[in-house]
Amino acid sequence: MTTFHPKNTIHPTAIRTENLSLSYDQKIAFQDISLPIPAQKITAIVGPSGSGKSSFLTCLNRLTDLTQQCRVSGKVYLAGKNIFDPKIDVIALRRRVGMLFQQPNPFPFSIYKNLVFPLKEHGITDRSHVEYLIEESLTAVGLWDEVKDRLKSSALRLSGGQQQRLCLARTLVLKPEVILMDEPCSALDPISTGVIEDLIKDLGDRHTIVIVTHNLAQAKRISHQTALFWSQKNVGHLIEVAPTQDFFQHPVNPLTQAYVTGLKG
Amino acid sequence: MVKQKWGDRLGTGFIWAIPLTITAIFLWIIGDVFWHGLGQINWQFLFTAPIDAGRSGGIAPILVSTAWILLICMGVSLPLGIGTAVLLVEFSDIKTGFGQLIRRSLDTLAGVPSIVFGLFGNALFVKVFGLGFSILSGGLTLACMVLPLLIRSTEEGLRAVPQSYRLGAASLGISQTKTLWHLILPAAMPGFVAGFVLGIGRAIAETAALIFTSGYVDRMPSSWLDSGRSLSIHIYDLAMNISNGNANAYGTATVLITLLLMINALTSWIGATWTNHHFKF
Ligand SMILES: Nc1ncnc2c1ncn2[C@@H]1O[C@H](COP(=O)(O)OP(=O)(O)OP(=O)(O)O)[C@@H](O)[C@H]1O
Ligand SMILES: [Mg+2]
Repeated sequence: MTTFHPKNTIHPTAIRTENLSLSYDQKIAFQDISLPIPAQKITAIVGPSGSGKSSFLTCLNRLTDLTQQCRVSGKVYLAGKNIFDPKIDVIALRRRVGMLFQQPNPFPFSIYKNLVFPLKEHGITDRSHVEYLIEESLTAVGLWDEVKDRLKSSALRLSGGQQQRLCLARTLVLKPEVILMDEPCSALDPISTGVIEDLIKDLGDRHTIVIVTHNLAQAKRISHQTALFWSQKNVGHLIEVAPTQDFFQHPVNPLTQAYVTGLKG
Repeated sequence: MVKQKWGDRLGTGFIWAIPLTITAIFLWIIGDVFWHGLGQINWQFLFTAPIDAGRSGGIAPILVSTAWILLICMGVSLPLGIGTAVLLVEFSDIKTGFGQLIRRSLDTLAGVPSIVFGLFGNALFVKVFGLGFSILSGGLTLACMVLPLLIRSTEEGLRAVPQSYRLGAASLGISQTKTLWHLILPAAMPGFVAGFVLGIGRAIAETAALIFTSGYVDRMPSSWLDSGRSLSIHIYDLAMNISNGNANAYGTATVLITLLLMINALTSWIGATWTNHHFKF
């Protein structure tokens, strides 16, 4: 059973999952997850490996459609609409719900084209507008000064941290409401991690962010709400969700207590 | 210590010896052909018809027939091959049981001796479709033969494209067709180039599959429905059946190898240019 905290209902929710379950072929990744995600706040998802955190995240923008034999049941409401409704326009959904991956995955294009490509596919082609958006998003991730003189060189020549910031810029350039992040810092060095972390914190003012992290200190530093996933009998469950302060200071569930004090997980 | 060093050296020597030997054999064959053949080649050889069953004269009609056969073969097999590979790799609905079956069949087909394709082409294109011994029959038969090669290496090329590109593009709301065209296909280009080179190499070297389909008439073809002799059949005929045909056999082989090298270089260049066009700016 999930432990909910009453304070949690203060904020308007951007996304709400209802009895969401996901299975790959025979294996159930997670089951019956009902999680409200507050708008324009940062929600951290923590929990041991294999508890279904990444799988959960990919439901929120229906990236699950790309995985064979992946079945989802339950509902995900975004602005009151179930995104698994067959009438939903997936392209438009994914424009509203951006995603940042664990491994930086810039396309093998130039820095410039990495940003132009999604814009063009969404019908934004006016040159001056495109250039404005590109400068804006690169500035937002603190990359503009570093790359403005080599926009036409390959994105693959950037450092790992720069690549990850470029990927964030690529997501931001479409002005999403929600940004999903799957351990976005785990492939980076501590300095780059710090830079990205500050960015996420900043973005949290205007965006709904769901971030999966193994780093409890990071969850504590940047998030407003924290959720614990736990694998029970090999199936992921949502154990507790609470405002971050309460989650760490007054965890209710014994598993959470053990996890945050480092006794388990 | 000393012993280990000797072992290392022996190992290194061995590792070097293998590719060196292979390269040497390859160069030797090419060298031999060019050594004997280059002397035969002049404008007249390239632009006139064979005389006296090919003992003298040129290979103009044979070049034309070969070009048509290859064009038909690649023109048919390339779109079919790339299309099938894209379906197999990118569209998950048929990735499962049916896809497996197709893949198995292709691997089997790729290993079937070309003479079998020749007989099949003869039965189907020459007789059932009534195309007779013709360039069209030959080209279509070769297309069937290279199709498995083409599909399999295109598939490898597509599979070598990191899944993170597909996920990244999808997460930006980019449609699957746009992703395919702008990202996946250019990134899979090395696979297409490899497939094309393998396919055309097999097609241009083929004799058995053509004898029963395009025939071996050495006159200039006036349409796709005429019989036409390919370079490889010409070489075979000159070397095996015609006394004093060796000199021109070497000349023809030189042309064939040069042609193959040129096609391969051109293919790589076109592939690289297209990828750059998509990936650069
Ligand atoms: N594509 C897939 N096919 C089959 N099983 C999968 C697939 N992806 C994940 N799983 C399984 O689903 C379960 C949950 O995986 P998931 O990646 O969501 O966990 P996670 O909490 O993100 O773990 P980690 O912290 O290691 O990233 C695991 O048991 C995993 O083996
Ligand atoms: Mg994960």
